[in-house]
Amino acid sequence: MSVAAHPAPQRPIKIRINHLTKRFRNLVAVDDVSIDIEEGTFFAIVGPSGCGKTTLLRILGGLETVTSGEATIADPAPGRPQYSIIFQGDSIFPWMTVWDNSAYGLRMRKAPKAEIEAAVAHWLERTGLTRYAKLYPHQLSGGMRQRVSIARAFANDPEVLLMDEPFSALDEQNRTILQQELLRIWEVDKKTVVFITHSVDEAVTLADKIMVMTASPGRAKCIIDVTLERPRNVLELRNDPRYGRIVYGIWGHLKDEVERARL
Amino acid sequence: MTAHESATGKAKSSAPETELIDIGEQARLSTRRRERIMSFASPLGLLLVWEITGRLGFIDIRFFPAPSRIIGMMIEMLMSGELIEHVLISLQRILLGFILGGIPAIVIGIIMGISRPVRALVDPLIVATYPIPKSAILPFILLIFGLGEMSKVVMVAIGVFFPVAINATAGVLQIAPIYLDVGRSFKAGRWDTFRTIALPGALPFIMTGIKLGAGLALILIAVAEMVGAKSGLGYMIWSAWETFAVAKMYVGLFTIALIGFGISILLREVERLIIRWKADA
Repeated sequence: MSVAAHPAPQRPIKIRINHLTKRFRNLVAVDDVSIDIEEGTFFAIVGPSGCGKTTLLRILGGLETVTSGEATIADPAPGRPQYSIIFQGDSIFPWMTVWDNSAYGLRMRKAPKAEIEAAVAHWLERTGLTRYAKLYPHQLSGGMRQRVSIARAFANDPEVLLMDEPFSALDEQNRTILQQELLRIWEVDKKTVVFITHSVDEAVTLADKIMVMTASPGRAKCIIDVTLERPRNVLELRNDPRYGRIVYGIWGHLKDEVERARL
Repeated sequence: MTAHESATGKAKSSAPETELIDIGEQARLSTRRRERIMSFASPLGLLLVWEITGRLGFIDIRFFPAPSRIIGMMIEMLMSGELIEHVLISLQRILLGFILGGIPAIVIGIIMGISRPVRALVDPLIVATYPIPKSAILPFILLIFGLGEMSKVVMVAIGVFFPVAINATAGVLQIAPIYLDVGRSFKAGRWDTFRTIALPGALPFIMTGIKLGAGLALILIAVAEMVGAKSGLGYMIWSAWETFAVAKMYVGLFTIALIGFGISILLREVERLIIRWKADA
């Protein structure tokens, strides 16, 4: 277990996961995971398929209960939501227009009408969806639909963003474009992010810290600091030797786990 | 002739692709036109055969009065206001029955879809009562609600309730679980979950239920009016039979068929309007 030594936190802890275990009948999905995530950190979790990383995120998002231990997100400032989730695959409502989908979180928390209109207009602009505001999801491509999902989460203005492999269903070009757009959007106000992915490249491209999880049962194997400076350019990073070294290093940790998961 | 032929031949060889596309389009258009003509021709042809065989004495016009006579009778009944009166009262009963049966069916069906305990409680009741022929409970309904308007409306309501409720439940159950997760993650309350996820998600299924219900409503209103009413199309058909006014009976049948046709067109338009978000709508 090689945990990167990090100095005493300067920023407050936003998410605290303490000896968290989740069991589904006989399967141990998450086994005794403890992490503290500081405010404003882009925190990625990588691991082989079925390592319990999605379960971990769903627990943080209140969609699953814990078996033992705890996972808590710090209370938000008054009037702001604690978190929003960007889901894997198609999660925007097919029966709502792009505009109505983007407004969903704000409407659910009964935000004033003027605030909803301003926030939705702003985030549709930032995600390049303004022209498509009145369209229904079936009229959009997969990449566009995932942009709506991003706009919906950001427009809600939560303190924490939980992202569950948001780009895994997209083709490589779309994924690269959306990664760049996510970085551009995120770098403005640096919310705390927990980002689940099975792609080491994606984790290194986006995150400040990466937790590598072991194959079933899912344990925290190590946490790696990504020291690449920001703002980052997704394409330029590929040409940066430090990027390659970090990716290579993580694969070293991951290789055994992937092989173990295949058994 | 030969000059024309050679001209088209030349045109073909110089631009074969545009020619081909043009011909394909024309072929499709003419097929569609032919099908439309055929769909009008078959009922008209039947009426024509009916008219001719009736006049020639091949069929008994006491049972099958010639279409011209039925249409004449229909016009006569329209002029006197008799037909309109029966149509309006039947339509009113159908509409009230739709509201009385359809709205609770949507609400109960969706709640059954959302809540497992409610489903466990209510589903056996629906499964047990659904197979009872609705026409068989007419005496019971007359006993409870008497011969007034209410018994007819209730018959329609019962007919509409089952297909709408059953489809609403099925409609909610087929909503992908991720949408409910999205609702929970954005802290949607019970009412918001119903309003923004369950109802719109189940709507295509609910519309199917309503269309099935409309068919049943027409059957049941005719039956209910034959037995326990002094007005409406069912009553009109029944009293025509009793007085052996056969042409009048056919007017009733034609009118019900037309109403059924009208309702199905209306529902198709309503469906197109409210389910615009479907890829195939």
